[in-house]
This record gives sequence, structure tokens and C-alpha cells, in this order.
Amino acid sequence: MTDLINFFIKNRADIFQLTLEHLFLVAVSILAAAAIGIPVGIFLTRRPAWSKPVLAVTNILQTIPSLALFGFLIPLLGSYGIGRVPAIIALFLYSLLPIIRNTFTGIQGVDAGVREAARGMGMTDWQMLAQVELPLAMSVIIAGLRVATVISVGTATIAAAIGAGGLGTYIFRGLRMSDNILILAGAIPAAVMALAADFTLGLIERRLAPGRAKAAGKTAKLAFATGIVALVAFVIVTSGVLSKKSERIVVGSKDFTEQVILGEMIAQVIEAKTGLAVERKFELGGDLCHRAMIAGEMDIYVEYTGTAFTAILKHQPITDPRKVYDQVKREYLSEFGLEWMEPLGFENTFAILVRGAEAERLNLKTISDAARYAPQWRAGFGQDFMSREDGYAGFARVYGLKFSAQPREMDLSLSYRALAAAQVDLIAGNSTDGLIDKLGLVQLQDDRRYFPPYEAAAVVRREALQRYPQIAAAINDLAGKITDAEMRRLNLAVDGESRDVREVVREFLSSKLEH
Amino acid sequence: MPTNDSAVIEFRDASARAGGKTMVEGLSFQIAQGETLVLLGRSGSGKTTTLKLINRLLDPAEGAVCVEQKSTTEWDAIRLRRRIGYVIQETGLFPHFTVERNISVVPRLEGWDEARIRARVVELLELVGLDAGSFAHRYPHELSGGQRQRVGVARALAADPPIILMDEPFGALDPLTRAELQREFAQLSRSLHKTIVFVTHDVREAFALASRIGLFKDGRLVEISEPAAFARSENEEARAFCESLN
Ligand SMILES: Nc1ncnc2c1ncn2[C@@H]1O[C@H](COP(=O)(O)OP(=O)(O)OP(=O)(O)O)[C@@H](O)[C@H]1O
Ligand SMILES: [Mg+2]
Repeated sequence: MTDLINFFIKNRADIFQLTLEHLFLVAVSILAAAAIGIPVGIFLTRRPAWSKPVLAVTNILQTIPSLALFGFLIPLLGSYGIGRVPAIIALFLYSLLPIIRNTFTGIQGVDAGVREAARGMGMTDWQMLAQVELPLAMSVIIAGLRVATVISVGTATIAAAIGAGGLGTYIFRGLRMSDNILILAGAIPAAVMALAADFTLGLIERRLAPGRAKAAGKTAKLAFATGIVALVAFVIVTSGVLSKKSERIVVGSKDFTEQVILGEMIAQVIEAKTGLAVERKFELGGDLCHRAMIAGEMDIYVEYTGTAFTAILKHQPITDPRKVYDQVKREYLSEFGLEWMEPLGFENTFAILVRGAEAERLNLKTISDAARYAPQWRAGFGQDFMSREDGYAGFARVYGLKFSAQPREMDLSLSYRALAAAQVDLIAGNSTDGLIDKLGLVQLQDDRRYFPPYEAAAVVRREALQRYPQIAAAINDLAGKITDAEMRRLNLAVDGESRDVREVVREFLSSKLEH
Repeated sequence: MPTNDSAVIEFRDASARAGGKTMVEGLSFQIAQGETLVLLGRSGSGKTTTLKLINRLLDPAEGAVCVEQKSTTEWDAIRLRRRIGYVIQETGLFPHFTVERNISVVPRLEGWDEARIRARVVELLELVGLDAGSFAHRYPHELSGGQRQRVGVARALAADPPIILMDEPFGALDPLTRAELQREFAQLSRSLHKTIVFVTHDVREAFALASRIGLFKDGRLVEISEPAAFARSENEEARAFCESLN
């Protein structure tokens, strides 16, 4: 609890910024959804035959999982594919259903007798809408806005995965690092925001309910109008604050610590060596980095040869690192117009790990050495390793491994601790994980070259290189500079010691590049 | 008897349909200036439908309905309705408007200035027997059923329309209040010189207010005559209604 409070105090500027970003996403998308959804809902009351198909479409939109929707939007939006634009579009689409539906049902729900009286008194359709239908439907419409807003505040946390910022940035980071403080630091302000929106709009909704006493209705209307004006003002002001775009090199990263460190490293090198301005778009989920590169939204990120070879180019894994690198380089250039820089030096691959003391006692260097002891050992593997093409099944076959029992499937980070605590004797970790050194574990050499190579190297958009040729030299200064052990140390510094990424990278670069 | 020229409202073999169902058919009659025609008939016999043909909430499927010698389909519906006061069956007061705002809807649509509107509201509330001071600023849900119906009548009279349609304005009232309202209304209609079409299924009310009574049965007008003649009518439905009096 005190940890959490301290975190809030220490990072209040950051939290404020993220909250602002979050509010901005929600405010823009809700305003847009209201601006479109209310007129559409009104239109549907005039053409009820359209209501079924329109509501069905918005209903389907709402069932699309948010990450999938973001994924669809990236290629559609071209150079606006990541960041706030797709996030706002997705939130907008999610908000449409409750707003359109409530506008439609709210107006339809106006008593037929009242409507007939209005027509019978000679009101035009507009007069009836403005003087009778909308006022009587207002509380239902506000209820729709309320639902949409609460959904948006929640969904906006996912927008962090596509670089839109907001409180989700903390939540994702916290999930990745299993850091509850970070998760709460994102979740609590988001929850407060949702509750506040729910409460305020709920209050206005009840005040505007038909048949409410006079004064209350008046003040609620006033509050509603002021609220809208304030919201629009907020959007205009924050969009000024948040958008300071100009000519920049955009450096991206995937959503794990190592990637953020590498992204920061590339960014700092470019800033230092070329003086170009760099925009950071870090912590993007799935294959969003690759998509963003193709969409021209991002100029540089660090990729792994094996991932590019199997996951993106869809080849069967092969084991010769040089061949993989050369083929990936060739095909990336011809297929995507993306250039691979020199490898950075380390590999991020599966690491077969045992306890250091055990390795020393039994003199284990390679996986083949260990295979002899396997029948007396228990193994624990992450879900990923158990299920992957290049995971457990082939691995056990190639090395002729038989354990004393069926390997236990466990969470990856738990498997490290299980190994250290001698609950299991062999695990498949991650070769750059800082925990390897911290827990005194030893990586066995893959002497039969079962695992495909996963060399890390920067990928750069050809157009960016043509425009700023000096980036290539800057990045290639890092070629071969980061060993497995160094990458582990950097990861540990950030994950294990909670040090600031920028600082860790700055230290590393000054030790590596000055001489 | 009214002649063709003086007829304010004239039905010429008019019928109305909705959803393939014939609601009224073969309606032919005239209503003269200053007349109070009471439409009588059982529930579902077509009385409300007939009113809606007059203010063009419905267009006739066959035949024609003329108001002031012009077919309703040639009228601009909005202009036509502003000339016709309408008290609907369940009063249809706007729940989000005060009594004052409800009464002043049409004057406001017609662009009257505030002072004139305020004076008119007071005058009308007086006319229907409600104290302006204590009722003008109430909302419909703060009124009794009978008070609401009075406001409904006041609203229909607001812009001083030459024609008034009243669809069971005194329905759902206790017999005493109802009789009182009928008495007041009979005086009112005589002094106002309006053309009034008044719907009821209460034969006593019909006799109390009518200059003529039109009787509906299954969507047809089966009898239309002055009260004295109506009482002597040979028509089976008319006899059934008259007998219910005793
Ligand atoms: N929109 C509609 N669609 C189909 N049928 C309708 C519609 N409106 C009315 N009707 C039918 O037309 C007939 C005449 O209805 P109308 O409302 O004119 O009756 P009414 O004489 O006013 O009855 P009540 O005394 O109960 O008000 C009824 O049988 C009714 O069911
Ligand atoms: Mg009726």
C-alpha cells in the first residue's frame, strides 16, 4: 500500500500525462460517436426499416475483440495505422452501438399519444423532434452515452498496445513484469475515471428523466451543455499539448523489456550521432511493429532473425544463423522494402537452463551432457515451449531426452523460481533473461543446433535510409556490441532492479561507444 | 340544414385503411359553421379515425375530406392542423412541459410574443375553471385526471382555431365532475361559435352537447340527425344507445 502511494507520488507527472492521454482518447471518441450516433439514431426513428440492419452492424462491431479491431485498422489507415488515430476510431466504433440504440429506443419509447398530440397541433417533424421527442428521450440517450463512456474508459487501456498511450501503458508494463504496483497505478486511475463518468452522467440522466420537477431538469440541462462545451475545450487544448509532431525518425519496440531497452538504445544512438529528432513508439503488442513499418508509420525497430524467418516470412525453421540472416535480409528488402542492419551480437532464443551448482557438480556444458541425467530429473516448461513447432517435442526427440515424469507445464517466470528452488531440474528459459544470472542458473549449449537462430538486429525502412543515410552508420556502431550476458544484465537492471530504462541505456552506451 | 357552401367540413364517400384493414368507409356528411357534431359509437367503431381524417393525421384511401372547401390532401398539413384545435383521447399533454408551456405550444409555434402568450394562458385557465396562480407552473404529473383534461381543452383552444376536434375529452372522469365539465363546455361552445366535432361513447353526453349526433357502427356512419330526431330513430344501433339511457 505504501509502495503504491510512493509510486504515485514519485511518478505523478507521468501518471498525469497518461491520464490526460487516456481522457483525450475517451473524450474524442465519445464526442465523435455522439455526433454521429445521435443523428443516426434519430434517422432510424424516421426510417424504422433501416434500424435492424444498422443496429445489427453496430452490434457486430462491438463483438470484435479490441486487439483484433486495432489489427484490422492498421493496414486500412496506412500512415495513421498506429497511435491515437486507430485507437480513437476503434473506441468510436465501440461507442456507436449504445448511443445509436439508446437514441433510437429512447425516441421510439416516447408515448404515442404525446407524439400524436404534437403532430395534431401542427408541429413540423423538426419541431416535434426538438421540442418533444429529444427532451423526452434525453435521459435514455444520456444512459447510452454513459454506457459508451464507461466501456471506452476500459477499452482505452488496450489502446496502449498500439502506441496510443494512456493508462494501459502502465497496465501492460505491469502485466509483463508481473509488477502489481504498476498494474494498479494504471488500473486505479482508470477505474476512478470510469466511476466518475458513470456517477456524473447517471446523475444527469436521472435529473433529465421525464416527469422530474422543473428546477432539477433545468440545472441538469445546463450541466449537460456546460459538460459538452468543457469536453470540446478539453479536446482542443489537449490535442495541442499532445501533438507536437514534426520531421522525426520513429523508433518502435515490441512489448517486452528487452525491446524497450533496445528501442531506447537505437533512439539515443541516433539522437547522439545524427542530431535527428526521434519519436519513440514503444511497447507495441503482437506483430504491430512489423505492420507499422509496412504502413510507413515507424522507421526502425529491432527484430530477431528467427522470428522474421518463421513468423513473418513463414519458412520452416533452419539452423544456420548466417543463412537465416542472409535470406531474411534479402527477402525483407524485396518484399517489404525494409533493410536489416548488422546483428547486435546477442541471440534471444530458448535457453536450456540448470542450476549452476548442479552444472558444476556434474560438469555439464552442453545439452547432450545433461541428457544422460534426464531420467532422474524433472523438467518444467512454459506453455509457449510446450506448444511451439520448434519447442519441446522436437527438442526431446533430437537429444533423446526422457525425464522421470511428463514435464510440468508452468508459467515461464514461475519455472525459473521452481528451478532455483529445486522443484524441477531443467527448464527452457529465455537466453537474455536477467533472472538467469540473478538466480545463479547456467545455460547449456545447444550442441546439436536444435533451436533456430534468433539474432537481434535493427530493421529500417528503406525510404528512411534514403532520406537520412546517416542513420545506418549510427546504428551499425552497435553491431556486435551486445553480448548475451550484457543483454541479460541490462534486462536485470530494468526488470529486477526497477531502474529507469533511459538511464540504464545511457550508461551502457557511454561505456561501449566512447572508446 | 347546412348546405354545401356553408359546410366547414365535408366528407365525400371517404374511407380510411391501415395495414390492409378498413377502419372507416363510405363516410359522407357535412358539418356547418358553429355546429357541435357529436360522434357516438361503440369502442372501435371508427370515431377517432374520423377525427384524424379531418386534421390529416390520416389521408383518405378513397373519396375526399374537405376542410373549408379544400381537400385535406391539398392543404399543407401543418397549416391545416394549426387551424384545428385537437384534444386527444388520453389528453396527450407533454409531460416535460408545465401547464403554461403545454397550453402555449401552438401560440409559440405561431410566433406570438411573450406578453400575449401569458395573457392568453391566464384567460384560458380561467375559461376551463383552473386558477392560473396555482396551476400554470405545475407539470402534468402534478395534476388530477380531470385537471389534465381541462388543460387539454385549454390547449386546443389556445390559438383560437375555428375548428376543434375533441376525442372523449371527459373520458375517465367520475360522473359528477363529468357532468360539471359538460355543463361548462355546453356554455363555452355556445359562446365561442366554433365548429366542434366531439367524440364520445356516452349517449347522455351526446344529448347534452350536440347540435347533431352522428352514430358509427363498424366503421360506417349509420345515423346522423339532430338530438330530437335521433331519439326517435328507427335504427337498431341508435335504439340500443337510446335505451341505455333509461
Ligand atoms: N393504426 C391502425 N392499424 C390498424 N387498425 C387500426 C389502426 N388504428 C385503428 N384501427 C382500427 O380501426 C378501427 C377504428 O378505430 P378507432 O380508433 O377509430 O375507434 P374508436 O371509435 O375511436 O374507438 P374507441 O371508442 O375505443 O376510442 C378499430 O377496429 C381499430 O382497431
Ligand atoms: Mg377513439
